[in-house]
Amino acid sequence: MESKGAGYEVIYKRPEAMTDAKTIYCPGCGHGIIHKLLAESIDELGVREETILIAPVGCSVLAYNYIDVDGCEAAHGRAPAVATGIKRVHPDKMVISYQGDGDLLAIGTAETIHAANRGENITVIFVNNAIYGMTGGQMAPTTMVGQVTKTTPFGRDANDVGFPIRACEMINTLECPVFIERVSVFDVKQIVKAKKAIKKALTNQKEGKGYSFVEVLSMCPTNWGVKPQVAADWVRDVMVPYYPLGNFRDR
Amino acid sequence: MSNKVLMKGNEAIGEAAIIAGCTHYFAYPITPQNEIPAYMARRLPEIGGTFLQAESELAAINMVFGASAAGTRVMTSSSSPGVSLKQEGISYLAGAQLPAVVVNMMRGGPGLGNIAGSQGDYWQATRGGGNGDYRTIVLGPANVQELADLTVKAFDLADRYRMVVMILGDGFLGQMSEALELPRPSGEHFEKPWALTGAAGRKHNVIASLRLTPEGELERHNLKLMEIYRQVEEHERMWEADRCDDADFVLVAYGTSSRISRAAVNILRKKGIKAGLFRPISLYPFPYGELKEAARGAKQVLAVEMSAGQMQEDVRLSVEGAVPVDGYFRLGGAIPETDEIVRKVESYGK
Repeated sequence: MESKGAGYEVIYKRPEAMTDAKTIYCPGCGHGIIHKLLAESIDELGVREETILIAPVGCSVLAYNYIDVDGCEAAHGRAPAVATGIKRVHPDKMVISYQGDGDLLAIGTAETIHAANRGENITVIFVNNAIYGMTGGQMAPTTMVGQVTKTTPFGRDANDVGFPIRACEMINTLECPVFIERVSVFDVKQIVKAKKAIKKALTNQKEGKGYSFVEVLSMCPTNWGVKPQVAADWVRDVMVPYYPLGNFRDR
Repeated sequence: MSNKVLMKGNEAIGEAAIIAGCTHYFAYPITPQNEIPAYMARRLPEIGGTFLQAESELAAINMVFGASAAGTRVMTSSSSPGVSLKQEGISYLAGAQLPAVVVNMMRGGPGLGNIAGSQGDYWQATRGGGNGDYRTIVLGPANVQELADLTVKAFDLADRYRMVVMILGDGFLGQMSEALELPRPSGEHFEKPWALTGAAGRKHNVIASLRLTPEGELERHNLKLMEIYRQVEEHERMWEADRCDDADFVLVAYGTSSRISRAAVNILRKKGIKAGLFRPISLYPFPYGELKEAARGAKQVLAVEMSAGQMQEDVRLSVEGAVPVDGYFRLGGAIPETDEIVRKVESYGK
C-alpha cells in the first residue's frame, strides 16, 4: 500500500489494470463489480502485461476499454474459438474469455463445450444475468421459468422453450476442465468469494493447469425492470436456488 | 538440381503454406479438400506448428481470427458449404483488418450439392458472402504449380494489405496430381505492431471490428478500407492472355475451365479459326482493363464457366459493350467438354 499525503494511507483504489474510462453499464449492473474483481486479480498476479482479454458481443463488448490489457473482439458466441486461436499462438500468455449468457449458452454453446472439452488452458468468466441485456431484455438460455422478458411476455414457459440451462453442471460432465465454480455478486460476502474464484481460475492458467470456468450470477436491474437492491435480492432468492453456488471441481 | 515433385493439388497447398511460414491451421473436414487437413495434421507438428481440427467451420474461422490477432501466419481451408459458414468470420476479419489465407476448393451447390468440382462460389468469393462493405483478394489457380505458388503469394498479400486472401480452386484441381517445383518463400518480412502479445512496455492493443464512437468512426474506417482496396485493384491484378492479339474469338475462363478452354483454342487454331484465351488469375481484383484490351477488335467474347455465368458479369463489365459477350456454362459439378466449346465458337461463324 502506498502512502499519499501526511497522515493518510491509501487502502482502497482503482486497480492498476483498469483504465480511467467511465463504464457505460447501468446502475446496479454486475459487470462493473466483476470487471473490478478481474482487474484486481490481474494486478495481484502481476500479469497485466501478459494478458489478452476477449470481449464478445453483448454488454461486455467494450470491456477492453475498461481493462488495461490487450483486447480482442469476438463474434457472437465465438470467444472460446478466438481464445483457442490466441492461446495456441501464445501458450505463455494469460487468455481470458469474458462472456454473457446468450453468448456462452445459446449461439456459442458448441464453442463453449468444445473449448472446455479440449481442456484449453484458458479462463472463462461467464456472467449469467438470466436475460439479454444489450439487445433490450429478451429471453436468455438462463432465463428463469416464469420470468417475464421482451420475448417471454407471459413468462418463460418450460413446455414451450425448455428449462434454463445450468452451465457449470453441463461442463462438469467433461473430463478436461480443472476448475468449475459458480459464484455471485449479490452482496459483499459473495463478492469476496467471487474474487477468490476468479483469482484461482487465473492462477490455474498461469500454472498451466488447464481450463477453468467461473460462472457469476449477476444483476440486470434495467432489463428486469426493478431497482438495484431488488435485483440483488432476486439473484439471491430466485436464481441461487436454481443455480446453486459453490465449487464443482478443483483439481 | 530440380526439386520437382509429384503432388496432389490439395497437398501442394498445404506444403506451400508451410513454405510461406504458416504456423497455424484450423479447419473442419469437408470433401473434396480433405487432403489439406490430413497433410497439415502430419506436417505442422514436424515444424513446431499447430494443427487443430475445429468443432465446426464457425469455430475454425474464429480460431483463425484469434491466431491472426496474435500475430502469426494462419490458414484455413474448406469447400463451398463450409466456406458459407466461414463468411461470418471472414467479415469480422475484414472489419478488424486481420490477415488470413482461406482456401475454397469449390464443389457443386447450392446447399449440400455434390462433391464434384464447380465454380459456383464466384459471386460469394469476389463480392463477399459476409455482411458489410468489404473485399477479399481472390486468386484462381489453374494447375498444381499455381496452387502452390499462389498460396505462398497469398500469405504475403494478406500481410501487406492486412486482409483475407482466398485461394479459389475447385474439387478437380484439388484432386489432380501434377509435377510441381516447390516454391520458395519471398523472404519479405512484415512487422505486426498491432498484434496481441500482451501489453508489455506499450499501450494496450485492441483488435475489433466494432466502431460505435466517436460519431462517424465506422464510416471513416470503411473509407480507409476502400482506399486499401483501391491500392489492391491498382497493384495486384494478375492475368494471362494467350493468343488474344489477333483473336476473333476471345474465350475467358479461370481455373479448371481455363484448362479446357485452352485445349479448345488449340483445336480452333488448327482449324484456322482465330481464337484466344484470356485467363484472369486474380478474380478480385479482376483485370478489367486488361481484358478489355485483349478483346479489342474481337468479334465475340465467350465466358466459359462451371457456374451459371457468375464471372460473365465481370467479363461484361470489362468490355463495356464494345464486343458482344456470350457464355458457355456447365453446372452442378459438370465439366465443359472441349468439343462443346469448339462447336459453340464455330456456331458464331454461321
